[in-house]
This record gives sequence, structure tokens and C-alpha cells, in this order.
Amino acid sequence: MATENLTLGKALNLGLRRAMEDDPKVIMMGEDIGKLGGVFRITDGLQKDFGDDRVIDTPLAESGIIGTAIGMAIRGYRPVCEIQFDGFVYPAYDQIVSQVAKMHYRSQGAVRIPIVIRIPFGGGIGAVEHHSESPEAYFAHTAGLKVVSCANPTDAYWMIQQAIASDDPIVFLEPKRRYWEKGDVDTAAPATDAYPLHAARVARSGTDCTVLAYGPMVRVALDAATAAEEDGRALEVIDLRTLSPLDLGPAYESVKRTGRCVVVHEAPVNLGLGSEVAARITEQCFYSLESPVLRVGGFDTPYPASRLEEEYLPDLDRVLDAVDRTFGW
Amino acid sequence: MGATGTRARPRRGKTAAGGTPEMVQLLTPDGKRIPTARDSYGTEYTVDFTDDEYRGLYRDMVVVRRLDAEAEALQRQGELGIWASLQGQEAAQVGSGRALEPQDMAFPTYREHGVLYCRGIDPIMPLGLFRGVDQGGWDPNKFKFNMYTIVIGAQALHATGYAMGITQDGKVGGADSEAVIAYFGDGATSQGDVNEAFIWASVYHAPIVFFCQNNQYAISEPIERQTRVPLYQRAGGFGFKGIRVDGNDVLASYAVTKAALEQARRGEGPTLVEAYTYRMGAHTTSDDPTRYRLASELEEWRAKDPIARLRTFLSEQQLADEAFFTEVDESAKAASQELRERVLALPDPAPSQMFDHVYPHGSPEVDAQRREFEAYAASFEGGAH
Repeated sequence: MATENLTLGKALNLGLRRAMEDDPKVIMMGEDIGKLGGVFRITDGLQKDFGDDRVIDTPLAESGIIGTAIGMAIRGYRPVCEIQFDGFVYPAYDQIVSQVAKMHYRSQGAVRIPIVIRIPFGGGIGAVEHHSESPEAYFAHTAGLKVVSCANPTDAYWMIQQAIASDDPIVFLEPKRRYWEKGDVDTAAPATDAYPLHAARVARSGTDCTVLAYGPMVRVALDAATAAEEDGRALEVIDLRTLSPLDLGPAYESVKRTGRCVVVHEAPVNLGLGSEVAARITEQCFYSLESPVLRVGGFDTPYPASRLEEEYLPDLDRVLDAVDRTFGW
Repeated sequence: MGATGTRARPRRGKTAAGGTPEMVQLLTPDGKRIPTARDSYGTEYTVDFTDDEYRGLYRDMVVVRRLDAEAEALQRQGELGIWASLQGQEAAQVGSGRALEPQDMAFPTYREHGVLYCRGIDPIMPLGLFRGVDQGGWDPNKFKFNMYTIVIGAQALHATGYAMGITQDGKVGGADSEAVIAYFGDGATSQGDVNEAFIWASVYHAPIVFFCQNNQYAISEPIERQTRVPLYQRAGGFGFKGIRVDGNDVLASYAVTKAALEQARRGEGPTLVEAYTYRMGAHTTSDDPTRYRLASELEEWRAKDPIARLRTFLSEQQLADEAFFTEVDESAKAASQELRERVLALPDPAPSQMFDHVYPHGSPEVDAQRREFEAYAASFEGGAH
């Protein structure tokens, strides 16, 4: 055991470092990731130790970052691109959905694009506009991309390494408001089996209602479960971890026991990931459901001014309210 | 509209007809060989081909044009969904394509059938894409010729990243050095991606040649709708050389591209080559060029035909006789007939093939959909069809 108490941000940093040590083809590309170490310092110290040809400070253009990473990938490198903030990914959207996602398919398997696109996503840090968005549904809707999100330091440490080692192009969503939250990370555990990349995880067991969340909302769901306990309700919290492909096996199994389900995310509810999850759970667990699957999410507005974000973001009370409603049918 | 009704409109310049003093040319439209030519930086270009090599360039261009014509005919007969003809651009493509060394990597658009031919790829390959039986069937790494890219200009960035990888691999400046060529048209120069590629290539000093075939039109929009300055001059603002070459002159296209690639391989950074040419046909078989350009313009460019001028040169220099030209025409015809027969024989893909290669490591969702689809298809009498 080599357990370290790390913030999620530091766990990512260590995971990136380890990936670079393990494979000389791994390179980092992004704005301000070198000397500055990234605006969130996730790549802190990597350029100093691995050189500026492996940790590349790029010009300020997101399409260029992803587009050149594609060429590097064709050349045999494994680029890890940092998009500085969620709301800045859209200039790269064409390169991601039309090129990164489709080249393997288009070439009938001849070309692999093992790119990881790291995006600090979601709100809760009091930022200005374009700095707090949840663009996961755009990418999860695109065949050829995989989309994952970590929720705690252990997952951050392992999932980033697994994503980099994978030949699949992966959009890796980092819950930026959780960068500073700490947890014990077993940095010596064997990665592959103990922490599979594309598998949901039961974060807390319970019998009365299943709460599904990912990324920054896992913490909210867990807090809601703790609060619900005082009301005598045992919530089961499942961290989806992988948004495309979805691993809903544990959710089906859970909902068949609890009969109730609430899906939580920060993104607007309309056509969000929760819609897909609710539809599939309804299909698979129809005869076990005591009530409709409910969604708790952001409103169908642009992300509001930061003084309003506490109203916008799902919190413990809104999750508990939804749980209450599942008992009202 | 303002009351005066005299809104200034961009005008078609004279450059389209006469070329410019800065345009590198080694073979005039009437087939006269110019021994050496200089670009605006004073660099001198010439070519030193053997008789066989001259004849080989002619053969390439004739075959490429004939295959292109066959593909267009196949589209008109309903055998291809669409076709993007290269007619008029044979010299730019064969000249630049033959200038590539085997180790150089090319990133094409969807019109580079001539370059594809020069890379030794079976000419039927792009027809599968346009017939709809596949999405381009060649292995980009094996042939050093990437997949056709349909989104305008996207490949300029891929090429630049690949070139950065060459630098990273230490494959510049030595005996085993490599370079990249990125193809795009005049319309693509308006795209952000092409401009971003220029910036990246410049700041990372990438071993790349941007080869812009300025064929004067982006579908219906003339070059005046893309730029107010000659395209090759754009390069200066990004910090590298821009050279305009007569794109209907296979010798100059070869010489300029070869020099630019050598410069890249030596570690001297990127070059933009603007091959000044003309698309004789439609953008694709889906549009009608008579709506947006004059017959007189077409005739003007027909007089500058890249194949006719090389033929005149070969004849006048007695490098080839009628028997040679007849033989080339016949072998091109035979190649096109063979192409036709093979296209008509291309099988439709198996329906479940649509599920192949979505992800290198698979996906439970796609795998499940494949199983459901196959079971559903099999439930019909006669199986999957």
C-alpha cells in the first residue's frame, strides 16, 4: 500500500506524470500548461521535468490544439489536450466530433486517434460566463467518442491513466469545483482490475431510492444520502463515471431493488444525459418502478451570473425533494 | 440599397488571365520551355528531367484526366453518388505529387485523385467513397497519404500536427528526414483551421508545405470572395515563405514543391505554395458552373491547358511522337475501362459492417445494437438482406 492523501487536482497531476513516465509517446498540449502548469495547476511541474516538446504550450486556439493533436496521433503519439474551460471547447467542436470521433471508423480501423481531451467542467467556483458549463451531452451524443468523468481523487488518479493508455478517443471531464477536495489514493494498487475505466461504481449502498450522479454531483448525492439517513431513508448512490458508453448495469440492479430513481447532473435537464438514463431505466426496470424516474439538473437557461449559481446548481435540498417526490406516487 | 446605388463591388482582376510577374513558370501555355524561373524571393527554379521522365509526367496527367472523366461519366449514369472532378488541375497535382519522396506524408482534400495516383494507391479507392460502399478504403500509413477530408481545411491542422511529430521524432535535417504536404483549395484559406495551421506551423517551425490549389472558385464563390490579397502573400504575415506557381505547369509545380519539401526536410520550416490554376468542371457533379462563370473565362483557361502544353513541348522537342501519344491515350482508355468494370462490380457492404470500427476497444452499446440488428435482419426470410 502506498496511500496518499491528495486533492483531486493533485491526483490528476500525479496520474498525468505517471502516464508520461510509463510511455514516452504521451505528450501534453494546451494553453498555459507549461510554465504556469495550467490555470488550475493540473499540469504543474510536468514541463520542467519532461521538457517543452512533451508538455507543449500552444497558441491560443482550441481547434488548433485538437487538430494538431490528431496529426500527432496519426504520427504515433498519444496527445493529452487540455481545454482551459468547458465553455472554450466549442471552437474545437468540429475537430472533435467530425475528425477525432470518426477517423478510426472512416479508415476502417487503419488509423487510431488515442487522444484524451481534458476539460475542467461545471460550475460552483464563482466564475464569469463560459467558465462553468456542462457540455457532456454534446460529446456523449457523438459515436466514436468516449466520455468519462471522475468524482474523487482515487478515480482521478486512475481514470486519467487508463484514459491515456486507451486507444479510444476520450473526453475526460474534470469536476473543477472538486479539484481541491481531498481523499486517500492508493497509488500502488493494480489499476486495470481494481478501477475499470468504463464501469459505474456504487458509492454508497442503500435500499430505498437510487440516486445516479457523476462528476461534481456525486458529492452532492452522497451528502443528500447522509441527510436522508436522518429521515430514515437509505439512498443508494451510484457514480456513473462513464457517460458514453453508459454502464447502467449497476443502476438497473439497484433500481430493481429500490423501485425508485433520481438522476442528478448540473447540465440543463432538457435533452441532457438524465433523459437518456431515465429512458433506459424505464425500459429495463419498468415492472420494478414504484414511481417515474426523476431528473434533477440545471435549468434550461445559459449558465447564470455567479451570484445566482447556488440557485441554479442542484444541491442537497433539490435532490432530497426529488427523492421525496418519488415516494409520493 | 443606398440611394446612390453605386455600392463598390470587387472586380475580377486581370491576374486570372495573364499570371503575375511573381508566378513561377517553366513551361509556357504554348509549350515553350523556360530554362529557369525565380520566385519573389529570388530563389531560382529549374528541372532536369530525362526524356523518360518528361514522358512519364505526360502519361500521368493523361491517365489521371481520363480516370477522372470516367468517374464523372459513372456519376452521370447513376453509378456514383457524387464526384469532385480535378480536370484542369492535373499539373498541380501530378507535379506536386511526383515531388514527394516516399517517406513524405500527404494530407489531401476530396479532390486529390491525381496525388493519390502518384502515391501508388489503386484509383478505385476514392470511387468507393463516392459510390457509398465505404468511406475511403486505403491505409493512410501504408501509402503515406491520409484519408480524404471533406470538412474544408480541417486536414491542414492534422498535417501540421503530423509535421510537429516529425520534428519530435528527430526526422528533420538528417539523411532520413521527412516532410508533410497539406492540400487545400482557395476557399479553405478563409477557414479558421487553415489560419491556425499556419500559426502552429510557423511557431513550431514544422516541416510542412501547404499546397493551395487556387482553382479560382469555392463552389460558386470566386476568389474575390475569399481574399483581397494574392493568397501566397498571406504566408508573409505568418512568418514563412509564400510562392505562387503556375499550377497548369507541371514542371514548375514539381520544381517549386520539391524545393519547398527539401527546405522543410532540412529543418528550414514551412512554405505556402499557391498553385494558380483553374477548375475546368463543376465543384462537384451537384453544381452548375454555367450559373456563376462565363464561357469566355473557361475558354481563356482552356488555352492554358496543362496537358496540351506539355504535349506541344514533347512534340517540338522531339521527345515523343504520334505513336507515343496514341499509345498513352489507349492505355489511359484501357485503364478507365478497367476502372469502370471494377466500379460496377463493387459489392455493397454487408449491412452489419456499419457497426465495425466505431471504437478500437469496442463499446457495449454498439455491440448490443449490432446483435439486435443482426437478429432483426435474420428474422426476415432470406436472412440479412
